[in-house]
Amino acid sequence: MIRIENVSLSLQATPILHDISLTIPKGGVTALVGPNGAGKSSLLSLIARLQPLQTGAISIDGLPVDTTPNRTLAKIVAILRQDSVVASRLRVRELVSFGRFPHNRGRLTDTDRTIIEQSLKQFDLTDLAGRFIDTLSGGQRQRALVAMAFCQGTDYLLLDEPLNNLDMYYARDLMRSLRQVADGNGKTVVIVLHDINMAGAYADRIVAMKSGRVIADGAPAEMLTTPVLQDVFGFAMQVATINGKPIVLHHL
Amino acid sequence: MIVAASKKPLRFGVVAGLGLTILFVSSLFVGVSDLPFRTAFSDPDALQLLLVSRLPRTLAAVLAGAGLAIAGLIMQTLARNRFVEPATAGTAQSAELGILAVTLLWPAATLAMKTLAASGAALLGTSIFFMTAHRLPPSQPFLVPLFGLVYGGVIGAGVTFIAWQADLLQYLAIWTNGDFSGVLRGRYELLWVGALMVALAWFVADRLTIMALGRDASIGLGLDYAGMMRIGLIIVSVIAALNVVVVGMIPFVGLVVPNIVSRIMGDNLRGTIKWVALSGAGLVLGCDIIGRLIRYPYEIPVGTVMGVVGGALFLWLLFRRPAHG
Amino acid sequence: MAKNRIAILAALSVLSVVAFLTIGLRGNIAFVLELRAIKLLALSQVGVSIAVSTVIFQTVTGNRIVTPSIMGLDALYLFGQMALVFALGGLGYAALNPQLKFAGEVLVLMALACALLLPMLRSRLDMGLMLLAGVVFGVLFRSLHSLLARLIDPNAFAVVQGASFANFNAVRTDLLAFASVLTIAALIVAWRARHVLDVVSLGSDTATGLGITWSRTVTGLLVLVSSLVAVSTALVGPVAFFGLLVVALAERIVNTRRHAVLLPAAALTGIVILVGGQTLFQHGLGSSSTLGVVIEFFGGIAFLLLLVLGSRK
Ligand SMILES: Nc1ncnc2c1ncn2[C@@H]1O[C@H](COP(=O)(O)OP(=O)(O)OP(=O)(O)O)[C@@H](O)[C@H]1O
Ligand SMILES: [Mg+2]
Repeated sequence: MIRIENVSLSLQATPILHDISLTIPKGGVTALVGPNGAGKSSLLSLIARLQPLQTGAISIDGLPVDTTPNRTLAKIVAILRQDSVVASRLRVRELVSFGRFPHNRGRLTDTDRTIIEQSLKQFDLTDLAGRFIDTLSGGQRQRALVAMAFCQGTDYLLLDEPLNNLDMYYARDLMRSLRQVADGNGKTVVIVLHDINMAGAYADRIVAMKSGRVIADGAPAEMLTTPVLQDVFGFAMQVATINGKPIVLHHL
Repeated sequence: MIVAASKKPLRFGVVAGLGLTILFVSSLFVGVSDLPFRTAFSDPDALQLLLVSRLPRTLAAVLAGAGLAIAGLIMQTLARNRFVEPATAGTAQSAELGILAVTLLWPAATLAMKTLAASGAALLGTSIFFMTAHRLPPSQPFLVPLFGLVYGGVIGAGVTFIAWQADLLQYLAIWTNGDFSGVLRGRYELLWVGALMVALAWFVADRLTIMALGRDASIGLGLDYAGMMRIGLIIVSVIAALNVVVVGMIPFVGLVVPNIVSRIMGDNLRGTIKWVALSGAGLVLGCDIIGRLIRYPYEIPVGTVMGVVGGALFLWLLFRRPAHG
Repeated sequence: MAKNRIAILAALSVLSVVAFLTIGLRGNIAFVLELRAIKLLALSQVGVSIAVSTVIFQTVTGNRIVTPSIMGLDALYLFGQMALVFALGGLGYAALNPQLKFAGEVLVLMALACALLLPMLRSRLDMGLMLLAGVVFGVLFRSLHSLLARLIDPNAFAVVQGASFANFNAVRTDLLAFASVLTIAALIVAWRARHVLDVVSLGSDTATGLGITWSRTVTGLLVLVSSLVAVSTALVGPVAFFGLLVVALAERIVNTRRHAVLLPAAALTGIVILVGGQTLFQHGLGSSSTLGVVIEFFGGIAFLLLLVLGSRK
C-alpha cells in the first residue's frame, strides 16, 4: 500500500502540490490523469524519493520513503520517468540488465539472466538486444526503458507516461502486460496516462489531478462521465458506450 | 519605466567616465619611483619620468583595454554568442603563431611588419573559427565558446611546440601574458592603430547592431552581410594582433566588459559602444594599478591580475540569475 | 571480443614497457635500468591515474567530453598547493617532508573539488555551461596560482612557467612512494565500484531508482578522482587533453562503456601512449621534452572532432 499524507511541494518558491492525501492499495492498476502541469510527475517523483519530501509523509508498505535505505526501496519500487534520457552508449541488453542491479550489485546470476531475457522477450526486444540505445527509434527506446523497470522485479511500478512514442500495437501490448502482472503476480502499478480511454479500459481506478490537487478519484465507470471530465480537463466531451464500456470522444 | 530605464545608463556613464579619470590620474602617480603630485611639473626629472614612462604606460593600458573590449564586442556580435572573445577563440593564439613565424623566418622584421604578420594570421585563424563555429547547433549556445577555447588551446599547443623547438619560449611568455611594465615612450605607439580600429567600429556601429540580428535579417534590411563580416573580422584581428605584439594578451577583457554593458544599457551599439570602450580601458587600467600596488615595490603582470579579476567576473556573469528586461 | 582487445592492449603495454627499459641500454646497465624502472613506475602511474580518473569523471558528470583537467581540477591542485605554501609558509611548512606536504595537498584538493563540483552537479547544469564554467575555473585557478607564486616570491618566473605544461622528463620521484600507495588504493576502490559506476552512468534519477544514494556515491567518486588527479599532477604537472584522448581511444577500441571493460582498457591505453610515446620521442625523435605538448595538440584536436561530430547527431 502506498500511503500519501498531507504532501505539499514548492519548487523555486512556486507551490506545485497542495496538501495531497491519497492511499493506493496493494495490487491493481491505478491511473493518474490530468492536464499538463497538474503535478502528476511531481507526485510520482516524490513517491519514488527522486524529489526530497518537503512536508507530509509518504510510505510504501509501511516504509517511509524519506528514511528507508535506498537499496531497500529499490527492491520494492521501480520508476520510469517521463523524460528518461540515457546519455551513455549502452546496448539494449546492458540497459535492461541494470534493472537487476538492486538485487545483485552488478554481478549477474543465472536467475538474473533468465529474468532479463524474459523481459527482453516480453517487450519484443530480443532482436534489438545488441544494439546501442542511441541507434533506436523513440518507441524502441521507450520499450527498453519499460523493460528495465519490469526487470527490477519490484512489487510497485511507477510509470510516468510509458505510452509516449509507442505505436498502437505496443501501447496496447504494454497495457495488457501491466494488467497481467497486476492480476497474475499481485503487483501494484501506478501509471500516468494522457489517453483517457486507455485508463478507462485497463485501470482499476483513476485518480484525476489538477493544479496540484487531487480533484476526483474513483472507478473508471464513475470517472468517465462528461461532468467529471469537464471538471478535470476544462471542456465538455461526449461519452459513448460501446459494448457496455464508456468511450470518451475527446477528439471531436 | 521609461524614465527609470533611461536614468540607469546615464548614471553608468557618469560612474564610468569619472572612474576612468580617477584611474588615469592615479596611474600617473603610482609606481616604483616616487613621483609626488606637487613637484611633478616643476621638477624636470619627475616630468621626464612622467612623459617617458608613466604617461605612455597609462595610455597603453587605456588603448589596450578599449581595443580589447571592442574586439570582444564585435566578436560577440558576429558570432551571435555572448561568450566569445579574441583570447578564447583562437584569435590571439593565431596572432602568436604569426609573430612566431616572422621571428623565425625573418628575424630582422620591424615591429610594424611583425604586427602585420600577426594580424594576417589572426584573421585567418578567426575566420576558420567562425566557419567551424557556424556548424555547431544553435540550440546549445555554450558549445561555441567551448569550441573556441579548445581551438585556441590547440593552436597554443602548436605555438608552444614550435617555440620550444626554436628556443623562443621566453618570447612566448611575453606575448601570452599581458604586462605593461616594459612600456616606454617609443615602444607603445603602434597601439594607436587600435584606436583607429575602435573609431572604425564606432562608425559602423549601426550596421553591427543589425548584424547581431542574424544573416537573414541583415540581408533583409539591405546590409552587405559578407562585407560587414570581413570588416568586423579585420577590426578584431588587428586589435588582437596589436595587443599580442606590443603588450601581450590580456584575457577576459573582451568577455566581461561587453556583457556587463549590455546588461545595463542593452544592445544598441550606437549608444553603448563608447561605454564599452571606456569601461574596457578602466578595467585594464585598474588591474594594472592593482598589479603595481599589491606586491609593492614589485610588479605583477596585468595578465595575471586580469585572470583573477576577469575570471571571477565571468563566473558571476555565467551563474547570475538571468536578468529579464 | 572485448577480452581479446584488452589482451592486445595488455600486450602492447608490455611491449612499450620492455622497449622503454631496454632500447639504447649502455654504460652502467644496472644503474641505468634502475633509473629507468623508477621513471617507468612514475610514467605508468601517471597514465593509469589520468585514464581512470577521466573515465570516472565522465561517468559522474554524464558527459563524454569532459575530463578532470578540462574542468580545472589540476589547476585547482596547483592552486591548493600554492595556497598552502602561502598560508602556512611562515610556520615552516615549506621545510616539511615532501610526502607529508603531498598528503596535505591531496586533502586540500579533495575538499576544494567537492566544494566546487558538488553544487554544479546537483544543479544539473546544461553540459555546455558546466564545461564552460570548468574551463574558466581552470584559467582562474591558474591565474590565482601564479598570483600567489609572485606574491610569495616576486621573481618566481620559473615556477609559473613550469606549471603550465606537463614535463615527462622531470618526474618528481621523491613523491613516488606515497603516490604509488595512493594510486593503488584508488585503483582498488575504482575496480570494486565498477558496477556502481555502470549504474551511475544512467543519470541520477535512474541510479536513485536502482538504489544508489546519489550524493554520497558521487562525493565518494569525486574524492577518488581528486586523489588520482593529485597523483598525476604532482608527478608531472597538468595535462589538459591527455585523458580525453586516452578514454576516447579506449572506448573506440573496446566499443563499450561498461566499466569492467573500459577501466582496464583505458588504463592500458594510458600506459601505451605515455610509455610508448616517451620511448618513441626519446629514441626515435630525439626530443623527449615535447611529448606533453604533442599530446595536448592531438588531444585538443580529438576534442574538437568529438564536439563538432558529436553535436551534429
Ligand atoms: N524543477 C521545477 N522547477 C519549477 N517548477 C517546476 C519544476 N518542475 C515542474 N515544475 C512545475 O510544476 C508543475 C507540475 O509539473 P509536473 O511535471 O508534475 O506536471 P505533470 O502533471 O506531470 O504534467 P505533464 O502532463 O505535462 O507531464 C508545472 O506547473 C511545472 O511547471
Ligand atoms: Mg509529467
